[in-house]
Amino acid sequence: MFVREPPEAPMLASDMPALFTREDVAKIAALANLELDSAEMDLFARQLGEFLSYAEAVQQVDTAGIVPTASVLARQDADRPDEVRPCLDRDAALANAPDASLDAGFFRVPRVIG
Amino acid sequence: MTDALAANPSARATRDAIRSRQRSAVEVCREALDRIAALDPQLHAFNTVVAERALARAEAIDRDPERFHDAPLAGVPIALKDNISTQGVRTTASSRILETYVPPYDATVVNRLDAAGAVIVGKTNCDEFAMGSSNENSAFGPAKNPWALDRTPGGSSGGSAAAVAARMVPLALGSDTGGSIRQPAALCGVVGLKPTYGRVSRYGLLAFGSSLDQIGPFARTVEDAALVLQLIAGADPNDATTAPEPVADFTTALSGDLRHARIGVPRTMLDQGVDAEVLRALMAALDTLQARGATLVDVELPHARHAIPVYYLVAMAEASSNLARYDGVKYGFRADTKGQGLRAMYARTREQGFGAEVKRRIMLGTYVLSAGYYDAYYLKAQQVRTLILRDYEQAFSGSDAVDVIAMPTSPTPAFRIGERVEDPLQMYLADVFTVSANLAGLPAVSVPCGFTADRLPVGLQLTGRRFDEATLLRVAHAYERDTEWSKQPPPILSR
Repeated sequence: MFVREPPEAPMLASDMPALFTREDVAKIAALANLELDSAEMDLFARQLGEFLSYAEAVQQVDTAGIVPTASVLARQDADRPDEVRPCLDRDAALANAPDASLDAGFFRVPRVIG
Repeated sequence: MTDALAANPSARATRDAIRSRQRSAVEVCREALDRIAALDPQLHAFNTVVAERALARAEAIDRDPERFHDAPLAGVPIALKDNISTQGVRTTASSRILETYVPPYDATVVNRLDAAGAVIVGKTNCDEFAMGSSNENSAFGPAKNPWALDRTPGGSSGGSAAAVAARMVPLALGSDTGGSIRQPAALCGVVGLKPTYGRVSRYGLLAFGSSLDQIGPFARTVEDAALVLQLIAGADPNDATTAPEPVADFTTALSGDLRHARIGVPRTMLDQGVDAEVLRALMAALDTLQARGATLVDVELPHARHAIPVYYLVAMAEASSNLARYDGVKYGFRADTKGQGLRAMYARTREQGFGAEVKRRIMLGTYVLSAGYYDAYYLKAQQVRTLILRDYEQAFSGSDAVDVIAMPTSPTPAFRIGERVEDPLQMYLADVFTVSANLAGLPAVSVPCGFTADRLPVGLQLTGRRFDEATLLRVAHAYERDTEWSKQPPPILSR
């Protein structure tokens, strides 16, 4: 198993706000690169709080010294020789792009610097 | 269609008929396409049907019988969930954001089905990015349940389940992150198998929860499910999480012998929230297993009651990370932001391209992974995941060890379309019996075990030891052999 040391002093959800304001929701949406309309802000403010209250019982489980499971797999050697192998050609990789420069071989995106 | 069963042989019988030249692959393929054309306007099981491609493939198989003689699925039609990549065939995951996406490569399972001679007839409807338990989160509208058109087929692989139940195809593939194969199989009255995590390559499966996702078969018989697992199982250099464990001969393991089988029953899990008719069907199934020689043993899975919140915390965190790639640059839809710059393009593309449930999960996943909340939610969930896994390990080991654990697949039969869409939490509870197998990485199968008074199918779920699908399928097959549930066609076939 891939393990991480358990945290020494786990934070409790009860230390946190159970309710989400529109500002909280906007902050999370910005982290997720997600624009939300006004109705979605209100809906998610309510539903995020509802889900986390529901998940509150998990906080009460005694997990002192319990290693977290990130994957159920036994750690295995997945190395392979570092050799060049055939891969997707450039045109195929660009074929689904909404805006690609096939000649130059680039994905084109809107202006990044003002 | 007076004799729906006789007219709809299993995958194995279909293959044998083609092999012995009693039927041609083209004839079988046309029949599947005709059935789809006749029923899909009502069922909406398919997002895409590839009639010409399928017929061309069937013709190629008929032309070269020598080459395909030993191919285990030569000429057998199969449908694939629309989140499994097919080179040259649109793959949408039932999302607007991938509505026009055509993968430039095949998933490993697709390569293996091709090599086995299977004929892919189309891509099935599902919840968007496999997130849902009713198929109602499809951007293209829900699939319907062949047993009752006003009810959901379950989800997320609802289209695959409906297509097999309605005899459009004898086989389909789905993906199962928290029950998305087993629950729709139960609600539609077919067999659905989630293999051990690591058993089947995920290469080419559009990722949802990478530590939980597995591809698996839908079929009308346990033997057909075993046949498909045999083909798609095994290590794949393109998926480092596939396991090197040898792949047993699953079909020869189906001996019908239950005399030494020990079947665990987690009775305390059944105390609450299980529909009375589902419970009655489960108890009758346990009696049948016992009558056939199996020993029933009470088992305790004390942490199973935390499985739903733990599962959703883990799955949403993984989803928020996996779905970051859909940003309007490399594939799919891009919103027009009229010169507002890159960040605005990302955010509006995702706003317009994703549906409500996907956004909800991205938001929750982002939150539980964010600084200050990671330890309290995500890490805590991973620790409780360890406890859930250990409960199963304990039940499967020691002097009281059981071979499989039996419980219902779904706490209720198929629910009405629209009944739960306003209440995500209520929808999540549909997964109460299925998510643990994903958290613990265990193989699990749903087999039909009865009907409610309203003629809605009920599923029996069996969970097995890691990489011991052989025992799991043996028990499921022995049960199926003693019952007639799988043989009953849904009413849509007699209309």
